[in-house]
Amino acid sequence: MGSIKDKVAIIGMGCTKFGENWDKSTSDMIIEAAYEAFEDAGVEPKDIQAAWLGTYMSGLSGQTLAKPLKLKYIPITRVENMCATGSDALRNAAYAVAAGIYNIVLVLGVEKLKDSGYSGLPDSELIQGLCFSENTYRSRTYTPPGHFAMMATAYFAKYGLSPDEGKRVLALIEVKNHYNGSLHPKAHFQKVITLEEVMKAPIIAWPLGLFDCCGVSDGAAAAIITRADLARNFRIDPIYIKAMQIAVGPQEGYISTHYKWTHVEETRRAAKAAYIEGEIKYPRIEISLAEVHDCFSITELITYEDLQFSTEGQAKEDVEAGFFNLEGELPVNTDGGLKCFGHPIGASGLRMLYEVYKQLQEKAGPRQIKNPKLGLTHNLGGTPGSATASVIIVGL
Amino acid sequence: MVGIKSCSVYIPFSRLNRSEITKSWGKSLLKGEKAVANYDEDSITMAVNAGIYCKIDMDDESIDGLYFASTTFPYREKQSAAIIAAALDLRRDIFTADFSGSLRGSTCAMRAAVDAINSNSAKNILVCIADMRLGAPQGSSEIDFGDGAASLLIGDTGVFAAIEGSHCIFNEFIDTWRTQSNVFVLSAEDRFVREKGYINILTEAVSMALKKYHLTPKDFSKVVFYSPNPKSLIHLSRDLGFDPARQLQDSLYDLVGNTGTALGPMMLVATFKQAKVGDRILFASYGDGCDVYIFRITEEMERIRERIDVQAQLQSKQEISYQKYLRWRNIIPVEPPTRPPLEKPSPVALWRDSKRGLALFGSKCKICETPQYPAQRVCIQCYTKDQFEDYCFADKKGRLITFSHDNLAATIDPPATIATVDFDEGGRILCEMTDRDPEKIEVGMPIKMTFRIVRYSGGIYDYWWKCRPLNS
Repeated sequence: MGSIKDKVAIIGMGCTKFGENWDKSTSDMIIEAAYEAFEDAGVEPKDIQAAWLGTYMSGLSGQTLAKPLKLKYIPITRVENMCATGSDALRNAAYAVAAGIYNIVLVLGVEKLKDSGYSGLPDSELIQGLCFSENTYRSRTYTPPGHFAMMATAYFAKYGLSPDEGKRVLALIEVKNHYNGSLHPKAHFQKVITLEEVMKAPIIAWPLGLFDCCGVSDGAAAAIITRADLARNFRIDPIYIKAMQIAVGPQEGYISTHYKWTHVEETRRAAKAAYIEGEIKYPRIEISLAEVHDCFSITELITYEDLQFSTEGQAKEDVEAGFFNLEGELPVNTDGGLKCFGHPIGASGLRMLYEVYKQLQEKAGPRQIKNPKLGLTHNLGGTPGSATASVIIVGL
Repeated sequence: MVGIKSCSVYIPFSRLNRSEITKSWGKSLLKGEKAVANYDEDSITMAVNAGIYCKIDMDDESIDGLYFASTTFPYREKQSAAIIAAALDLRRDIFTADFSGSLRGSTCAMRAAVDAINSNSAKNILVCIADMRLGAPQGSSEIDFGDGAASLLIGDTGVFAAIEGSHCIFNEFIDTWRTQSNVFVLSAEDRFVREKGYINILTEAVSMALKKYHLTPKDFSKVVFYSPNPKSLIHLSRDLGFDPARQLQDSLYDLVGNTGTALGPMMLVATFKQAKVGDRILFASYGDGCDVYIFRITEEMERIRERIDVQAQLQSKQEISYQKYLRWRNIIPVEPPTRPPLEKPSPVALWRDSKRGLALFGSKCKICETPQYPAQRVCIQCYTKDQFEDYCFADKKGRLITFSHDNLAATIDPPATIATVDFDEGGRILCEMTDRDPEKIEVGMPIKMTFRIVRYSGGIYDYWWKCRPLNS
């Protein structure tokens, strides 16, 4: 198989404020994110030769992008891969650029979830049914918190953690993310919280509490990409894609007794493949920062192990030592992650990239980490046992 | 000789103490508690959960009919017996029938089964009985009524309770009734109903039966009579010349309540558990008449006795509040959660998946022998395509691998417990756990499957399976 390493560059990015954007429609957010990206890249809408749109349920067909931006009669593909949509949109666009077909391509992810009037994700049961099975028997009220909480229950049991001990480790992760999020003006939640507040919060799906679960947000993020050899025509500090991998599982965890609910197989495989493609031998040392898919605190904890940042069963020690804090050895979710920045499904993968992009360009302000070289985004769709995981590595 | 060759009861997990009801409305003469079916149960689900036990020592191929008796059918037009037969994965070419509209429906079904076997049009017929009647709040019916089910496998070989004789009368009488538009059961004046109905009719039918077979009260070890309340039962038995202390089967009123057409059969199964070989048992149902049966216990009783688990089910219970009962039965409207509305089930998808869903059949790969649910055309383990056999998960035991109590899930009774279960003989399922105390759930605990309603939408009951702790 071939490698994407150093073939494609990101030359501009944009991102709206994430949150309950009551006064903004899908089109409004598309325009905001896209135009910030155009300005950052120094290009205009008419320069775009092709586009990839990522959205889970906020618009069908490439038209959703063409209509507000007035992209006239260019190729536009709508991509969906559950919560990994944004990253997969980038992936598809990047291959088109690497193949030499297009020079200037727009990638945009958008989600408008808060028009639903519901709390939680507004998936209709039918979409759930189609997501997880074809027959109607599985179309029911299980929520994402419930599914991910099963990973927490299993992880605590495997490592002999009492509910209190386990929740404490998860709480440290959320305190970190909230602190980081308070430093980003575009984050949905910008409030510092304490360990006590997390521990005492009402239970959403046992053992996960309110602060262990990311909220539901609206938002959009965009990237302009070009071939690596053309990148310096646009800016002095383009960011290059080093690896781009996605692993899609066949729902094995729901059917096979081999899966024990203490890791995410899809993340492990995508990460392994990405490290090979990006020629990274020691991720714990070589990766400067990472944006991971912390839909739930337990997801972030287990992701540290699945990405080989921590050895299996040792993530707890790393969390307690502050290894992943902003001032730590390998800062994770420096912009607050899904938990605080927000999780508009189709946009998240690109928002993760946006933070890594700004960090690598030394434009992260109060969140800036020292000497960043390589950044990783981890974007996870579906549920443990039945997932789609993306791992993208970018660098200078 | 025709008779009963297998039997079981199904008693819902929850109990409502009558004192909880009287806290709201005032005194009641009746003490004890009543069994309350969960919000995810109805007469069909209870019948399946009772019927599945009778299947155990029968090859499903040899059951020739499924008769279902109730006064509380989920559908007015759509045969419940067919749904039960599909859930129990019975043979296609059998006779299924619903027996409705009377508290005597259970013995109507029994009679039809006995007649079919006697006339050689069937060898084995499974009779399921279940009821979930509602009494209006603040009334005496609400205090009396309970929910429950029983199943009786009728045949002419391996019979443990042979039918020595029977007698029946019909009776047109207004005592308890309901029309299409009534949610709650209506009743006429107490004393009239008792004296001119119950006592009168049972006395007439039982006396005629005893005379017909030249038997006296002394010839019976136990007497099982339906009754609308325990006092009337004692009164009636004495009048007929029986000794209530020695011969009366416990009415189950204090433990389960009046379970309608299922009451007589449930009491009968409890009687069989204690019965000795050679015992003669008198059974009488009541409702628009009276059917009397005389049973004689045979040596086959020893084969079946251990498997009758009435006591275990009586002791396996949790207490609920009156408010929970009102919510479960939809007697009071409640604020719906801000979650998307339920999708209407697809009749096409339900049909395509009937055996897999209703009877919980997965597949077992013929090459690597891995059981899988849902059924997989391409094996999850060895990738072999279309080389599998049907594999039933409904009667399998398993262990809880992991779980969560989900407060966000839209359910009538939060939290919804989501569970991953690994079966002892292979295979895994993700499903909801019901009839459990959330505080007591632990990774590794043994579980079994139970047939339930997973949603009701667009006028369609979508039935599937949940898991529950094996030993509650």
